[in-house]
This record gives sequence, structure tokens and C-alpha cells, in this order.
Amino acid sequence: MTANSEGDRDPLFFRDRDWHPAAYTPGYKTSMTRAPFRPLVALGSTLSEETGPAFGQSMIGALDNNLILNFTGQPAIGERIILHGRVLDETGRGVPNVLVEIWQANAGGRYRHKKDGYLAPLDPNFGGCGRTLTGPDGSYEFLTVRPGAYPWPNRVNDWRPMHVHLSVFGSGFGQRLITQMYFEGDPLIARCPIVRTIGQEKAIEALVAPLDMNRAIPMDCLAYKFDVVLRGRRQSLFENRREGM
Amino acid sequence: MQPLDYLKETPSQTAGPFVHIGLTPNKLGIGGVYPQDLGDSPIREEAKGQQITIVGTVRDGAGMILRDALIESWQADAAGIYPGNDPRGAADPNVGGWARIIADFDTGEWVLKTIKPGAVPYPDGRMMAPHISLWIVARGINLGLQTRVHFEDEDNSACPVLGRIEHRDRVQTLIAKKTGPDNYRFDIVLQGENETVFFDI
Repeated sequence: MTANSEGDRDPLFFRDRDWHPAAYTPGYKTSMTRAPFRPLVALGSTLSEETGPAFGQSMIGALDNNLILNFTGQPAIGERIILHGRVLDETGRGVPNVLVEIWQANAGGRYRHKKDGYLAPLDPNFGGCGRTLTGPDGSYEFLTVRPGAYPWPNRVNDWRPMHVHLSVFGSGFGQRLITQMYFEGDPLIARCPIVRTIGQEKAIEALVAPLDMNRAIPMDCLAYKFDVVLRGRRQSLFENRREGM
Repeated sequence: MQPLDYLKETPSQTAGPFVHIGLTPNKLGIGGVYPQDLGDSPIREEAKGQQITIVGTVRDGAGMILRDALIESWQADAAGIYPGNDPRGAADPNVGGWARIIADFDTGEWVLKTIKPGAVPYPDGRMMAPHISLWIVARGINLGLQTRVHFEDEDNSACPVLGRIEHRDRVQTLIAKKTGPDNYRFDIVLQGENETVFFDI
């Protein structure tokens, strides 16, 4: 673990919970019994959320961000893509040295997980996980295959769009975020009950990665760009007042 | 009017049922990618303080135990200092503070072996009672849930965070019950009777 820099200690911006998906979203059936019914207790961040774990380069292996090769060393089958972008905070600053982890199905939509019984086969050379640390400007990059769509038991004919799960750390535990990125132009996005747990169309758009021909490598792979925005931090100059003053 | 040019936070989505592929591949049986899973322990053996074990489950609104929940914990050292970026100084070097815990695939029970943290100041200077922050994700949870574990054998009466809970009968949902000299039980209820208090932090 390494220390974060000064300024990574200030209170967090308040979360806009109308922008995020609500907890209780009946179109996504599992949420109906897993959503709290009582209101959240409003707190605002404290030192417990403003601090958080930090990760060092020493724990990242050379192939950790290469899902095409990191399982067996032999290449996985599928559409080769670079998935890249930046981790920013709400003030627009890049967030350096933070851990980004991804996981996904293979090109046929099959996950390497004992609970996935979909009939599409496993790819013997595809594990489905990757991780990396952001660079000084918050940038990150993975090499992977584009995952396939797959069916799931929700309504009788629900299919997840092609997607990659992302787990991102900030410098504070209160910035912790898991999300999913989707691919430009996928007609399943608009039909997906998990996507539609998000109420605002602009928020859904924030999860769709555009094709990025500038980062594609001719005769090798295509590229998609996906930026992640974490909660910002407030300047703490006037934060030490007692409540009510 | 000038535009208020802040970016919006990336919207959350559920971690889904296969979260273990990405976050605990070795525990799932995907070997050979990472030498070990991250967050196996929040402490090293030599950490100062009382070594404790917390055991619990996560239940849904139908009373069913989740077997696909993933919890991350974050805590201070025995002196109440956070590792990494605490402005008050350096923490015990044997305390990493962060752990990643998964529910057992068969029983749904989760276990956290750690040290009991010290008290940490609230922004106004009053002390928050010793606590461990938890962040819970799973299939069906659209945005990670934030809660805190407090301890039955600590003085929680003056904690400014617990004091904010208007419905006083709910405070007990955040208090881990003692089951042995160094053992606690902390069951999380997502919905319904005895629903755990979750925070908007």
C-alpha cells in the first residue's frame, strides 16, 4: 500500500441518488427483495469515507490487463479490442494510481463461473478478469475480446447487452464504485432491465463506450473508450464548524 | 448564467452474480491469473490491538441468505488512525485496513478476522465509537450499500453517527453481538423486519 497525496483527504461531494439507479427497480426482479425499504440515514462523509486503501504497482503482474493472454498464455477467441479511458473525479481531474478491475463473459456470452450454466461453451484460453492501476493522468487500458450477449432468468426472454463489469477505487472508501460499460450501437441496451434501473437517459448514455478508431491498431484490434467519473472532493476550509453554526 | 461545469459521477450498476470472477478469482477456482486475491486480510499477524473475528450473513426481504454477496471492509488501526491518507499521521504498518470478504458459496456465511479499531473523530471533533465500515454489493443491489459495524462491548452512547439515527430501535442493527471473548456476530438484513441501517454518506 502506498500513501495518497495531500488534498485526497477532503470531504466528498454529495452523491446524486436520483442519477444513480434506485434500489427498488421491479423490472430487475432480484432487486425487489434486496432493496432496503427504510430510508437511508443521511450522514455526509467522515474520515471513515474520506480515507481508503491504496494499491501499489508491485501487486500488478505484466499481463494483468491483458485478458487475451492472462489465463493460459494462449490467445482467447473473439473480437480483439482495446478498452481504455480515464478515471476522473467530478471536478474533471484525473485520479492517478487507483485500482481498476474488470470482469466479463467470453465472446460467446459464457462466464467462467460455476453458477453460469449457459450452453455457449467456455473458451479454454479465456479467464475473464483483468486489473490495472491508473497512470499519473488517470488513464487505464485493457486488451480483451468483446464479450457476447447472453440470456438471463428475469423475464422469459431477457438478454444482457454486451458489457464489461468495472470495479473502481478512488482515494476514499466512500468513492467505491462498481458499474458496467456497454458498447456503442448495441440494440439490446435499450431493452435491458438492468440498464433501465437508471431513470435518466443521460445517465444511461454515460455507460455506453464509443468506438474509438484513433486507438484501434490496424490489422490487429479495435478500440472503445470509457471514462469513469468518481465523486469529487470539497475544499475543507470551512468544514470544521459545529453542527448548527 | 455560466454553466456549472462539474462532471456527473458514473452511474452504478449491480455487481451481478459473477462478481467473483473479477474480484476473487482464486476463491472461485480461477487460478493462474493472479498469484492471490486482493484483500485476503486487513491485518498482518503482528498488528497491535485485540484480534477479533466477526461472522455474519446477509439476508434478503424474504428471509433468504445471500450466497452471492461480496463485502468490503475499511477500518482504522487500534489507535484509531487510518492507513494511507489519514491527515493525523501514520497508522500501524501491520494494518492495511481493507478487506474483501465473500459469502460462502454454500452457506452464505462471511467471516472477517481483524483487530478491533480505535475511535475516530467526526468532522466536528467529537469521537465516533469504534466501527468498521462495510460496503455491500451483490446481484439485485444496484448501488453498493454502506453500513457500519459497532461493538456491543464498547461505549456507543456518545457516537455522533449513531446519534443521528432517528428511530432509536434501529441502532441495534449496527451493533455486533458478542459470542465469545474475541468473537462477534453481525447479520445484515437488506429489507423488512430488523432491516439494517444503511447510510447515505
